[in-house]
Amino acid sequence: MSVDNNTVKKIARLARIHVDEDRREALAGELNAILSWIEQLETVDTDNVEPLASVTGHSLPIRDDMVSDGNRQEQVIANAPETTSGFFVVPKVVE
Amino acid sequence: MSNLVQGQTGEWEVVIGMEVHAQVTSDSKLFSGSSTAFGAGPNQNVSLVDAAMPGMLPVINGTCVRQAIKTGLGLKADINLTSVFDRKNYFYADLPQGYQISQFKHPIVGEGVLTIELSDGSSHVIGIERLHLEQDAGKSLHDQHPSKSYIDLNRSGVALMEIVSKPDLRSAEQAGAYIKKLRSILRYLGTCDGNMEEGSLRADVNVSVRKPGAPLGTRTETKNLNSVRFIMQSIDAEVERQIEVIEGGGEIFQETRLFDTSTGMTRAMRSKEDAHDYRYFPDPDLLPLTFTQNYVDQIAAELPELPDDLRVRMVNDYGLSSYDAAVLTEERETALFYEKASIGRDRKIVANWMSVELFGALNKAGKTLAESPITPVALGELVDLITDGTISGRIAKDVFADMFETGKAAANIIESKGLKQVSDTGAIEAMIDKVIAENQDKVDEYRNGKDKLFGFFVGQTMKLSGGQANPGMVNQLLKNKLK
Repeated sequence: MSVDNNTVKKIARLARIHVDEDRREALAGELNAILSWIEQLETVDTDNVEPLASVTGHSLPIRDDMVSDGNRQEQVIANAPETTSGFFVVPKVVE
Repeated sequence: MSNLVQGQTGEWEVVIGMEVHAQVTSDSKLFSGSSTAFGAGPNQNVSLVDAAMPGMLPVINGTCVRQAIKTGLGLKADINLTSVFDRKNYFYADLPQGYQISQFKHPIVGEGVLTIELSDGSSHVIGIERLHLEQDAGKSLHDQHPSKSYIDLNRSGVALMEIVSKPDLRSAEQAGAYIKKLRSILRYLGTCDGNMEEGSLRADVNVSVRKPGAPLGTRTETKNLNSVRFIMQSIDAEVERQIEVIEGGGEIFQETRLFDTSTGMTRAMRSKEDAHDYRYFPDPDLLPLTFTQNYVDQIAAELPELPDDLRVRMVNDYGLSSYDAAVLTEERETALFYEKASIGRDRKIVANWMSVELFGALNKAGKTLAESPITPVALGELVDLITDGTISGRIAKDVFADMFETGKAAANIIESKGLKQVSDTGAIEAMIDKVIAENQDKVDEYRNGKDKLFGFFVGQTMKLSGGQANPGMVNQLLKNKLK
């Protein structure tokens, strides 16, 4: 698999990251280097190995269904550039 | 009954699959401790996890897991002892994380089934593809300001079950029956309140058409339908549109559409070429979700009786018609009301009084069963007074109307209005004699073979008694007298 300039442009747009046109070539090279390293990993035979999600031996922590948070509207909207009566206010986004 | 739709070029088969989002009944959210309660002020039920503040970590709510397993069991589905949470990446103003935590490759529940019954008496088994847990997004209000949208994150992070059917549905009617049955099962299980108006149950509907026997056509997806009626209307509209396009030489594109409730038509959403590139990957903040078969078995042992089983029991043990049983089991509250009203009594008569008189009166008054002025016990007592001969079925209707109006017990109304049925042979005979004496000409005609007149004599006698004579006795005594 190989990443070209157009793929860089596409994934940058999907991630909402601005990438100048003259940076695409270099980024494609970096991404290809990462991908070739992953290809190298794929040569390891893992046929009889269980997938490993964690090396700590912990399982997913589970909490009880209790209301223990919320009622902190001021904190939640504190960093918003614009608010009104408790709402975040953003440029109109509508279909 | 054929489900094929007639077009200009012959018949078309409709293929429908549904994705239903059901809000899990829980006090707190899927990955945070803030409340799921409906109707709080803007951004009040929001924790820093739900607002996706940097450094916040999700911790899963055990009850939501249990509810998903329970729902899976209710759909007779495979429960996966290991499942994985993935990030579904997209940008929208009401999705502060920039991704939705969902389950993609390894859902908590696998394949199951759901049986629907149609008005023609047929039943169909609809395949369930999967059920997975995911977060809801926040809510955007677009109509408060000319150039701004307002964002409320109260729903952000609330647990949803996405329940995906196989493309087994063949008509709008089937789709309507599917969502109603699913809602009923969820409500029996207590895993989702099924409140479509508050958005607790929403459906995305995938529709395609094909010539019978042909491979599947290209499908469109109509999003976010929040009533049974809109689901059915949108399917009819979309089927009609697709057939017109194809028969006109056009092509159907795989796209997302919206149903416009004011025009009754679907329309394409502004197409976003990247909209479906979600770049799923396992959420590194969450280990795989695992539990034991023993845990699943415990939940299975506590499952309530589900509408299908209850319906079968009502048909087999109570002798109800399949239709009556379906009506009485659709809502759990209705089934409980019926059980209370009919226990120890003639189950069929109570079923009739409920589905005809009570539902009729409630409908007319615009009331729900919960608001019924007549309690289950009061309805049962009324039926007792009919079956023991105290009042006739005819008088019972008046008593019922009075009960509905005043909330009084049947026995009180009968007592105070003197409506007790006349079952005294002597009294009824005296009335019959009077009727015969006043209608001698008709008696002669009857005796000369005009059998149809018998009904006239019954009617006259009942009228004379003010409706209170025991109809069975009137019939019997009249037969003897007119011989």
